[in-house]
Amino acid sequence: MTALGKLFRTTTFKLTLVYLTVFALFAAFLLAYFAWNTRRLVTQQIVATVDAEISGLSYLYQQGGIRRLIFAIDDRGGRPGSSLYLLTTAAGEGVTGNIGSLTTGILDKSGWTETAYRRIDDPDSAAEHRALVRVLQLPGGFRLLVGRDLEERERLHDIIVSAGRWSIAIVVVLGIAGGFFITRRVLKRVDAMTDTTQRIMAGDLSGRLPIAGSNDELDRLADNLNAMLERIEALMHGLKEVTDNIAHDLKTPLTRLRNRVEEALRTAEDESQYRAALEHTIEESDGLIATFNALLMIARAESGQARDGMTTFDAAEIAHGVGELYEPLADEKGLTLRVEAPESAPMYGNRELVSQALANLVDNAIKYAAPAPSFPSLSERAATPVSGGPCGGESGKETDQPPPVNGMQPEIVVKAVAGDGDQILLTVADAGPGIPADDRARAVERFVRLEQSRSQPGSGLGLSLANAVARLHGGELRLEDNQPGLRTVLALPRGTADPSPATPAASREPVSAPRP
Amino acid sequence: MTIATQGVPSPRALEKDRESEIAMRLLIIEDDRDAADYLVKAFREVGHVAELATDGEEGLAQALDGQYDVLIVDRMLPKLDGLSVIGTLRSKGNDTPALILSALAQVDDRVKGLRAGGDDYLPKPYSFSELLARIEVLARRRGGREEMVYRVADLELDRLSHQVKRANDEIILQPREFRLLEYLMKHAGQVVTRTMLLENVWDYHFDPQTNVIDVHISRLRSKIDKGFSQQLLHTVRGAGYMIRDGR
Repeated sequence: MTALGKLFRTTTFKLTLVYLTVFALFAAFLLAYFAWNTRRLVTQQIVATVDAEISGLSYLYQQGGIRRLIFAIDDRGGRPGSSLYLLTTAAGEGVTGNIGSLTTGILDKSGWTETAYRRIDDPDSAAEHRALVRVLQLPGGFRLLVGRDLEERERLHDIIVSAGRWSIAIVVVLGIAGGFFITRRVLKRVDAMTDTTQRIMAGDLSGRLPIAGSNDELDRLADNLNAMLERIEALMHGLKEVTDNIAHDLKTPLTRLRNRVEEALRTAEDESQYRAALEHTIEESDGLIATFNALLMIARAESGQARDGMTTFDAAEIAHGVGELYEPLADEKGLTLRVEAPESAPMYGNRELVSQALANLVDNAIKYAAPAPSFPSLSERAATPVSGGPCGGESGKETDQPPPVNGMQPEIVVKAVAGDGDQILLTVADAGPGIPADDRARAVERFVRLEQSRSQPGSGLGLSLANAVARLHGGELRLEDNQPGLRTVLALPRGTADPSPATPAASREPVSAPRP
Repeated sequence: MTIATQGVPSPRALEKDRESEIAMRLLIIEDDRDAADYLVKAFREVGHVAELATDGEEGLAQALDGQYDVLIVDRMLPKLDGLSVIGTLRSKGNDTPALILSALAQVDDRVKGLRAGGDDYLPKPYSFSELLARIEVLARRRGGREEMVYRVADLELDRLSHQVKRANDEIILQPREFRLLEYLMKHAGQVVTRTMLLENVWDYHFDPQTNVIDVHISRLRSKIDKGFSQQLLHTVRGAGYMIRDGR
């Protein structure tokens, strides 16, 4: 398609043509109406003039007879710009007047006629004039013709017609030129957008549509498409990250698992050794499954699919429930877990995911904030009452229990409070070693386990899941300094059952971990 | 969701831990031959009768014909998917309890499965002990009556007055501990897994990374078993817990 052909096919140009036609028709109609009215007005004037003359002349005839009439006609007909007069006998022989020649038969018709004529003073003039005439039968057999030249009317008509032609020509030329110009401008922007989208389709997701800055409809469209691209890029990035992480962090334990089985096949000698190897294998694969599930859940939360499961639920109930679930564990680890929450704090979201996010935060706090293993003297240890001790070694962690310091155990506080704006803050504060400010942003990333936590079990996905859940709800996960310790804050908008998704803008921020 | 494994017992070992059960007739609708054969074999080992259908249509026909105690239905099946199989059964008035097995483990998938008429939902991969425990609860639920007072040996739980007594001495329990004991006693003699407890007592369907349930059980055990020679709350290695009159 040639550039011009492309131009003519654009919607803008077609629209221009339609408007052009409409305007030209309107102009033509207006001028035609004007012309018609002018013509009517001029004709009316002529008729009035001729009527007045005829009545004047017939009066003179009645008063002064034919002589007086002839005198008057001669007098009037000699003046420049005069009307046309002709007085004939009943037989049609001219008596007097200023008309040289006339279309034959006119004199026989009484009343109004339009006719060609020639003046008596220029009988040879090539141009035939036209006139509007009226014939009156005078008593005594004379016939009187009075008329007026129509040249004036014709000239006016010509002026209007030529004005009409010109104005239509100008409208068409200006319209086409303007349309051409506007279309080319729009086409240029659309072409630029098309180029960008083609680049994006070819795989360069970082491309963005150009914005002219005029805030017009194309700009708004480009703006929205850019936001969409932003989201798609974030999703693709998440997907890529997931696959990378799956490749890296699932293959490592898989390799370990395979090696162990291989080794068992090679070296195990009796059933108990096989059994031990198999039990280890199941343990390892359970860990793998947990990691895999967490990854899937994060990916799902990040892609926004979990929006289906949103309902209105009570965040205070979540805080109490999760607190209650973890309280015995915290107690066993020598920590006090306290929940502070209002009567109710309704919010809209995915209850299951928010519970899990909060559970992860509490789990982390318990794991990392347990008092540093101290080495109490034997007497101290003996003095410590073993609470909930004889439980058949369910978890076998009784030995972790440190002695209460001055009767006070370190606290973990789970809170559900109203935040700025329409937010609910679910916070978990501990008094453990905390995370250095520089590491906080990194801590939220998948699989990152900071140096000091390497020894603890876990997939390293707890905080990233909480982060993904926060972003799904249009909120954020903040890591703050609890002085001492770490305070993790799930800031979630209360939200409504509005079907519009949480602001996509919120998910553009990859990780937010403001420093105190 | 996985259960933390503390060594995996063989089905035969599980059998030893359980009270003698009446054999159940199970229908497994699963298109993966290996997985299905493993299940059939494992169920036979613990004394149940398991039959197999390898696609949805066949499964539906068999389920309508035969008398089964529980159906185990894979969600993705050739010809007719698992949810449709259950839906059709329910619309025909067949209310055989059905457990859905699925690789889709998210909360909303679960909700969809239960809404379609399933009675329980177990994401793949699962452990056999978890599946067995759930199947037995489902089979029991069918004929089970809701008693007002649960009794196991000299332990007594009154669901109306919320009183718990052991050897006629009242035991004070926290509300959650009461519900935990209530659930265990309702399924007395049956293995109850950690995930089942988390789902039914706490209404959470996620995997807490740490074994929080174990600590709750320890506390409960210290309240009901401490000081008594006969232990009622047992740990079933590799599977879960069980309340049982252990004489």
